[in-house]
Amino acid sequence: MNTLKKLLGFIWMLLAPTIICFLVYQANLKIQAASIATKSNVILQWSIILIIFIPICVGFFIFGKYAASDEYAHLPSSSEALNN
Amino acid sequence: MITGKTIVMNAEKKQSSIAFVIGASSVGTLIEWYDFYIFGMLATILSKQFFPAEAGTAALLSTLAIFAAGFIVRPFGALVFGRLGDLIGRKHTFLLTLVIMGGSTFAIGLVPGYATIGWAAPILVLILRLLQGLALGGEYGGAATYVAEHAPAGQRGFWTSWIQTTATLGLFLALGVIILIRSNQGVENFSAEWGGWRYPFWISILLVGVSVLIRMRMSESPMFSKLKAEGKTSANPLKESFGNKANFKMVLLALFGAVMGQGVVWYTGQFYAQSFIETVCKIDFIQSRNIMLVAILMATPCFVLFGWLSDKVGRKWIMLLGMLLAILTYRPIYSAFLSITSASNRSQQVDYSVTKSGPSIPLVDAKDKHKMYIRQVIDTAYLDGSHFKYTFTDTLIGFNELDANRPINLLNQTLIKYKSSKPNIVIEKTMGKSATWNIIWLIFIQIVYVTMVYGPIAAFLVEMFPTKIRYTSMSLPYHIGNGVFGGLVPFLGTLIVEFTKTSSNPAGDSLAGLWYPIGVALVCFIIGLVYLSNKVDQNVMD
Repeated sequence: MNTLKKLLGFIWMLLAPTIICFLVYQANLKIQAASIATKSNVILQWSIILIIFIPICVGFFIFGKYAASDEYAHLPSSSEALNN
Repeated sequence: MITGKTIVMNAEKKQSSIAFVIGASSVGTLIEWYDFYIFGMLATILSKQFFPAEAGTAALLSTLAIFAAGFIVRPFGALVFGRLGDLIGRKHTFLLTLVIMGGSTFAIGLVPGYATIGWAAPILVLILRLLQGLALGGEYGGAATYVAEHAPAGQRGFWTSWIQTTATLGLFLALGVIILIRSNQGVENFSAEWGGWRYPFWISILLVGVSVLIRMRMSESPMFSKLKAEGKTSANPLKESFGNKANFKMVLLALFGAVMGQGVVWYTGQFYAQSFIETVCKIDFIQSRNIMLVAILMATPCFVLFGWLSDKVGRKWIMLLGMLLAILTYRPIYSAFLSITSASNRSQQVDYSVTKSGPSIPLVDAKDKHKMYIRQVIDTAYLDGSHFKYTFTDTLIGFNELDANRPINLLNQTLIKYKSSKPNIVIEKTMGKSATWNIIWLIFIQIVYVTMVYGPIAAFLVEMFPTKIRYTSMSLPYHIGNGVFGGLVPFLGTLIVEFTKTSSNPAGDSLAGLWYPIGVALVCFIIGLVYLSNKVDQNVMD
């Protein structure tokens, strides 16, 4: 199970930047395609999406990094374990 | 001497004390959810009131964006009020959040429309919506922590599940109040600038007042009081929660392995479903809300059932099963909505004895005498009691031919030449009894998934983190998962459907919006399956 946790960790680390690239690509595509009348709305919508999801993807990358470095092999069972 | 009678009396006292804790916490949390949800329930009307009339879908999307903004700031509320709750205590913090929520909701009901104050209207609403989001970000973690810290070990899932019902009951209350006012006012009065849609916002101040009085009588959480008396409270909860790697990795695990999936299942089952049956399936405003009310009422006891069950079999498997069922069945469920409400599937069932095709009625525009509308209503009745009402409105913009003072001949060739090739069609479907029940069951199933993922989550989160930083640590993943991942379901779902619209398929793929919750729930399910523990932590005093 720990090997699977580690392997998946690498997948999460790859997935996070992939999602960011996909979102930036989509944002660019949709903003370019928007007409003058709807442009400001499209920019607003995609700005919201990017501002929210980029930090979350960074968190997801860190999660993957922890998983890949075996940090989740044993979960803490008490507060003492969290403090150590 | 301790007698059997004393033991029974102590047990009864403890039981009534926890009942008061649950009741007082739940009423306040329920009202906060009510405040938060009336905005979403009235999104269509708010978009017309606070944005330019000609903005159409863009106005609705902007309103949904403001609605979503309230969700997005919830994690910040979690940080601000979570920190306060770990520093000064649970009781005073969630009293403060209640007052902020009530005040901002009441104030939204006072903001004049776009027609009166222009762009100041949406800006003011956005600011108040952000305040609502901040307050809710602080409320839930406080209430869940407070109840969990009062609950006996081994029953934490059961007792905290009552707090979990408040989110759904808040939605129920919001729907109920809106339906009640709308039924008594009619569409015109309800949707006017100072119409009935404002009343649900104003009512909030009364509800919050009552709740504040109840909460004033509550005492501080025993665990927090003990920590405070021993001088062991955290000096910097934010640093200890997110600066300590061992705790931070648990915050990330809670978010990606449980709460993000729970958030999307929650908002798909209770928000996206309602939006879908109203805007895509075109079910009548009142009936779509009545359907939600019945489904919610039937499914709500399941929160307590799964909370109780999680004390027996662990939290993990119940939550993951709820997510898996959602992933597997969302598309068939939403396809069934389309099939039940489709006119083409019913062509053999038209009841011609009741179907009515109204006359074309000419209406001259009150502001522009050279502009006229031709309106025709066709009410198609079906053998199962359903009625699909189509209102065709064609705008004729003529010149001297359109003289309001002269009798109008609709067959006049000059007028016909001004008719547009694409009249505006408003469809309102009122479903018959059996079709209504089919839709109720399909929504009920989705809300049962909600109860599976949401019923045990408070106990699950409380058990993950130590008392001194619990409020902060559990609030952040909860509000990112629910506020961001969940709150964006209606907005992103609508946006994804917009992307599928092409010139050859102008309606787009109405099921495409489901890929967002399905994708998020799938990733969360895999992470939860591999990384989460099913162990129930009996001791949360540490």
